[in-house]
Amino acid sequence: MKVKLTFWKLVFVVIMLLGLYSAYVRYVHGLGAVSNMTDQFPWGIWIGFDVLCGVMLAAGGFIVTGAVHLLNIERLHSIVRPTVLTAFLGYCLVIVGLCFDLGRPWFIWHQLIYMNPHSVMFEVGFCVMFYTTVLFFEFLPNVLERFNLKTPQRWIRNVMAGLVVAGILLSTLHQSSLGTLYLIMPSKLHPFWYTPALPFFFFGSAIAVGLAMTIFESSLSSKSFGRQLELPVLIELGGALLVVLWVNALLRFEDFFHRGQLGNIFKPSYEAYFLWLELTLAFIIPIALLSFKKIRRSPNGLYLAAVTCLLGFVTNRLNVSVTGFETWVGHHYLPKWTEFMITLAIISAGFALFGLAVKYLPIFPQEEHAVKPALQFETEPVATAVLEHAGD
Amino acid sequence: MSKALLYDSTLCIGCKQCEAACATQNKLPYDDKVAAESVQSEHKYTVVLTKEDKYMRRLCMHCARPACASVCPVGAFHKTAEGPVVYDVWKCIGCRYCMVACPFAQPKYEWQSLNPRVRKCIMCPDRLKAGQQTACAEACPTGATKFGERDDLIKEAQERIRQNPSNYVPHIYGLNEVGGTSVLLLSGVAFDTFGYPKSEKVGETPLPEYTGRILERIPDFVPLWGLVLGGVYWITHRREDVAVAEAVDKAKQDGGTR
Repeated sequence: MKVKLTFWKLVFVVIMLLGLYSAYVRYVHGLGAVSNMTDQFPWGIWIGFDVLCGVMLAAGGFIVTGAVHLLNIERLHSIVRPTVLTAFLGYCLVIVGLCFDLGRPWFIWHQLIYMNPHSVMFEVGFCVMFYTTVLFFEFLPNVLERFNLKTPQRWIRNVMAGLVVAGILLSTLHQSSLGTLYLIMPSKLHPFWYTPALPFFFFGSAIAVGLAMTIFESSLSSKSFGRQLELPVLIELGGALLVVLWVNALLRFEDFFHRGQLGNIFKPSYEAYFLWLELTLAFIIPIALLSFKKIRRSPNGLYLAAVTCLLGFVTNRLNVSVTGFETWVGHHYLPKWTEFMITLAIISAGFALFGLAVKYLPIFPQEEHAVKPALQFETEPVATAVLEHAGD
Repeated sequence: MSKALLYDSTLCIGCKQCEAACATQNKLPYDDKVAAESVQSEHKYTVVLTKEDKYMRRLCMHCARPACASVCPVGAFHKTAEGPVVYDVWKCIGCRYCMVACPFAQPKYEWQSLNPRVRKCIMCPDRLKAGQQTACAEACPTGATKFGERDDLIKEAQERIRQNPSNYVPHIYGLNEVGGTSVLLLSGVAFDTFGYPKSEKVGETPLPEYTGRILERIPDFVPLWGLVLGGVYWITHRREDVAVAEAVDKAKQDGGTR
């Protein structure tokens, strides 16, 4: 097999090498050396992006499994497996990210014995732990099918409804609780983002992002793996996304109104710029795009709407975790390049693992059910699949 | 019963004896260089700030209902009955939620360490247990930092303001802030001059109540939401079963009539 060095493959290798160097700095020289986090900014992008956005971007899992298994919307069945894969990888990578961010990651298991039920972080930790387990079992049928293990497959099928219910319960709890984390800082977080409704907004936006991410991931898969695009499914998701975005946007408006912030958001300020960046990307552009039937029914239109929506809510999470604290702290926080590299390497690893899974597991069963050639030349197909993916 | 510190900045002469005593008590390095540092850090739990001829101490406020203790997922912080908010380093996983949550930005981190700890004033709990006062109060030559029963110190602070109203801002900082703290402050200038958050901004509600309101609903929410989800499953799949059963019935009837 020829090893072709494509541009994106090279980018991937470079990112992974720089990520490896950053990991070395992190574990040999400590958090101070690897990051720009300080006593004033104890949480940087590893929390703001890797954890807050990571969990949010993996929300498709509970939404799509819920739609198919609970609401019995059979026509979405074809996207369950790739969505569950995305979610499972997402949560695994959140945990990897935490192992970089925690000052003493080797004591992460203390969560299990020194429990503090008054802590939102404790609740999030437990939910993430249980939900990752649930996702593991939702993902397992892919592996069992690959090795043709019928009996355990039947076991999982029998408990699938229970798994899905547990998954939705746990997701409702921790998606919203990531917002609850910030409720204890009424005096520190900027009033644009501090609201008693934070848990509801975090949950509502997770639903929007789960839908957008599913559209994004299906579009990418169709481009990278030469799969046929399930356009009717995506159109349906796009319609749902439009409704969810409207609900989210109206609630945000209501919240600004009731807290007397409507006047302030139109006054120019550092925070207002970032707020409008968020609102434009998360609501204005995707709602405008999806409101046109023609755009809503075109693959590119859906893709564009999904991507802007994702960027918008990523901006939202970074605003809550970084921008919203800058005035209180009195200076800005910009991540160090090694901090960026860890995050980039984690994202790249996510793409790589997705490509790998698609290559070797029946993630897209209709087209790939023929047994793959054995696991020879492991690295090559990985990198190609991955990088083709990242290339989009 | 609960002990407290009263710091009266109008009595302070900026000698930094409290800083030195704190360093000694906590086995931290203290020299001219550290003395010149005007910020708190992982090696300086308390600092005397200077602005023109005014001084102000900063240290952990030892809240009655501490945010740090409430947010810690492993319960590494707790408020003791005597007053101090103390830290059990062996529990800590290093999530730094305490630092983010503290309204006074008191917990500091050992960013350079490979096994980092959260550092802050812990109000000399061992000395208190032995019936002694805190190291800083003992070292203070003017009585600006005074140790005692919280109730007594509040009375004394009120008395000082009453007797010398022109000397003081008419406010005891820490009396009600975030539900009350075990460090009480008196000052001749506004407290935010020295970086203390404005009283109206931090409010009088103990911070754990903001998250508690949400957390306490979870035990009710989980069974209800679970029931709803299970119900949805039952209904949608029941519909399917009914459709199948009806089709079978119909097929049977068709077969019967033929």
